[in-house]
Amino acid sequence: MYKKTLIAGLLLSSTILAAGSNVAFAREQIRIVGSSTVFPFATTVAERFGKTTEFKTPIVESTGSGGGLKLFCSGDGENDPDITNASRRIKTSEVKKCAANGITDIVEVKIGYDGIVLANSKKAKALELTLKDVFLALAKNVPDGDGKTKANSYKTWSDVNPALPNVKIEVMGPPPTSGTRDAFVELAMEGGCKSFKWIKALKKKDKKAYKALCQTIREDGAFIEAGENDNLIVQKLNANPSAFGVFGFSFLDQNTDTIQGSKINGVEPDFDQISDGSYPVSRSLYFYVKKSRIGKTAGITEYLAEFANDKAWGPEGYLADKGLIPMSEKERKDWAAKVKGLQNLSM
Amino acid sequence: MTDTFTKRTPHLARRHAREIRFQWLGKIAISIAVGFLLIMVGTISWMGAGALKQTQISLQVYLDPQEIDTSAVEKADYGAMVKTALRATFPEVKKRRDTRKLYKLLSSQAAFGLQRQIKENPDLIGQTKSVWFIASDDVDMFFKANITVDTNGNAGKLDEKQVQWLATLDKSGAVRSRFNTGFFLSGDSREPELAGILSAFAGTTLTLFVCFLLSFPIGILAAVYLEEFIPENRWSDLIEVNINNLAAVPSIVFGLLGLAVFLNAFDLPRSSPLVGGMVLALMTLPTIIIASRSALRSVPPSIREAALGIGATRTQMVFHHVAPLAMSGMLTGTIIGMARALGETAPLLMIGMVAFIVDTPTSILQPATALPVQIFLWADSPERGFLEKTSAAIIVLIAFLIAMNLIAIILRNKYRQRF
Repeated sequence: MYKKTLIAGLLLSSTILAAGSNVAFAREQIRIVGSSTVFPFATTVAERFGKTTEFKTPIVESTGSGGGLKLFCSGDGENDPDITNASRRIKTSEVKKCAANGITDIVEVKIGYDGIVLANSKKAKALELTLKDVFLALAKNVPDGDGKTKANSYKTWSDVNPALPNVKIEVMGPPPTSGTRDAFVELAMEGGCKSFKWIKALKKKDKKAYKALCQTIREDGAFIEAGENDNLIVQKLNANPSAFGVFGFSFLDQNTDTIQGSKINGVEPDFDQISDGSYPVSRSLYFYVKKSRIGKTAGITEYLAEFANDKAWGPEGYLADKGLIPMSEKERKDWAAKVKGLQNLSM
Repeated sequence: MTDTFTKRTPHLARRHAREIRFQWLGKIAISIAVGFLLIMVGTISWMGAGALKQTQISLQVYLDPQEIDTSAVEKADYGAMVKTALRATFPEVKKRRDTRKLYKLLSSQAAFGLQRQIKENPDLIGQTKSVWFIASDDVDMFFKANITVDTNGNAGKLDEKQVQWLATLDKSGAVRSRFNTGFFLSGDSREPELAGILSAFAGTTLTLFVCFLLSFPIGILAAVYLEEFIPENRWSDLIEVNINNLAAVPSIVFGLLGLAVFLNAFDLPRSSPLVGGMVLALMTLPTIIIASRSALRSVPPSIREAALGIGATRTQMVFHHVAPLAMSGMLTGTIIGMARALGETAPLLMIGMVAFIVDTPTSILQPATALPVQIFLWADSPERGFLEKTSAAIIVLIAFLIAMNLIAIILRNKYRQRF
């Protein structure tokens, strides 16, 4: 009985191993890593690409922008990714790291924009905020009126700005590891922070103090770190109509029946306003391609052609359905030309 | 005599009361545990049940022989044919913006379904045929009543017009709900109506297979050697302490180890079940060793002494007498370890298995993902349709776990009967 089981097991394993050994190690499949914000868009393109061409569907990993660029720059080999997605631009330090590992020719592709929204349940009233309100409501330290700072003691929105309703400040948002949080802090918090003249002046004098003041979110319970899962925040907003959530525009777009975005500086977070740049809290999304892999990994140029195409990234393209905010027509043309010519990244 | 009894009666009552109290506490504890289990399984089944159904819409499609080249059936523009059919159903829709809305009622991949049907049955060319298409995820959610119509007549991403069109279709009987076979037979997709569990299921099966092949023999041999052969000294103590510590190491650490050793040093393929299985095997080994050692320890020493007494060598003693008796315990340990491995995503993140992978892996070297990873990715997707898919995937994962446990119980009973 023992032996039979053993032999059966060995036979089974050897067939599986044998089936594996038929597969060549050479790469016939594109490997993509990077930002979790770009992930839904990259995977949509990858899926279409796999279905409409003779190439295999690329593998897309969600590693975060920083993690993706680290993997991307770590080598030029068979096992390293060909493309990395990023919800921010590549940094000079990362370009240098890439160059140190022999990756000098990188093609940069900007794909569109992502808006970050402050939304609440439709059961409550929508808010009209300014960036200054957002900063005052969520910063750890706030200006006290005569050029100094004090710990944030605002409890309700009406404390921040008498025009706002008398509702407890309760905002759920992503943890510091998230790219969405970085962008929110940089664009919304710092944007509101800069509206104080003396703080703007502080930037030149003492950059560290400026950053600490503008980029630190309060920790007294008014801002709740709700984890990386934006769906969870949406569900919590439904359960608690007085709370607000911070997340990417695509989640607002998919849940318009239950939640609404707050106007910021008088601008509503919708497609057109984010696209033309009038909505203040939006960022650009990118991906980066290793030029040296073209010709070694099957289908890279075709993947680029699929992505840099109005059918995908245009205002009526399929990525727009997934919540990507498209670039203007001129920008799309410029970037498409750059992609076609495989123009090298210039910082 | 009677005196002592009457005196002791209050004491006895107290002891009995304590007994009853304890039994009640036990019952309450169990019912709380069962209650939570029922709530968990109940909500997941409730939410996941929707994923087993799929909304389909029927359209009259004219399979134009001029459009379809019989020698290359798959090259024809089926997307255009589907769009023409949609426009023909609603001839009053003229504006470009409205036709775009109309197209969104069907899954963006509806054309592939038509293509497959024609490929299988080329005789249909030239006929006008009523074909069932998969509805888009928004429409699917609408008919499953997960989205309600608001005062303006909008329902989530569907606007007033779309809701009206759907009502017309529904009235004419062109909408049906069918069992969603695609969920079990296709791989991952970014479109909720098309996403399936097969690629993740295959990935998990292959990964656990590799994990079992490595961890079971290594774990059991290590346990037998440590328990029966190793001379007790400082070194054996050191090994024992280390194994006990390893069992408590957070799983992400094993992922980092896998990244550094298997991927970077050995250059094995990223995202493959081979590497995933190896990492999970490292993680489960301490559990298997500890459980197997205690199973070996529970075999009465008389068996060992009897074997040695009639002249068996130590190896014979272990493999003929002790190990078979301890087998059921060792299998239990293995299954507990593997069950933990089944639910892991953290170590897989580092070796690239947390990824969007559409193709179903057929070997341990092809890129694959795993069931818990699939659950994680779907739970994180903005589309509403993925909510029920997430719950359905959890049910599949639980079913997988139950199947694994069943195998373990069957094997265990089988070996128990031998002695």
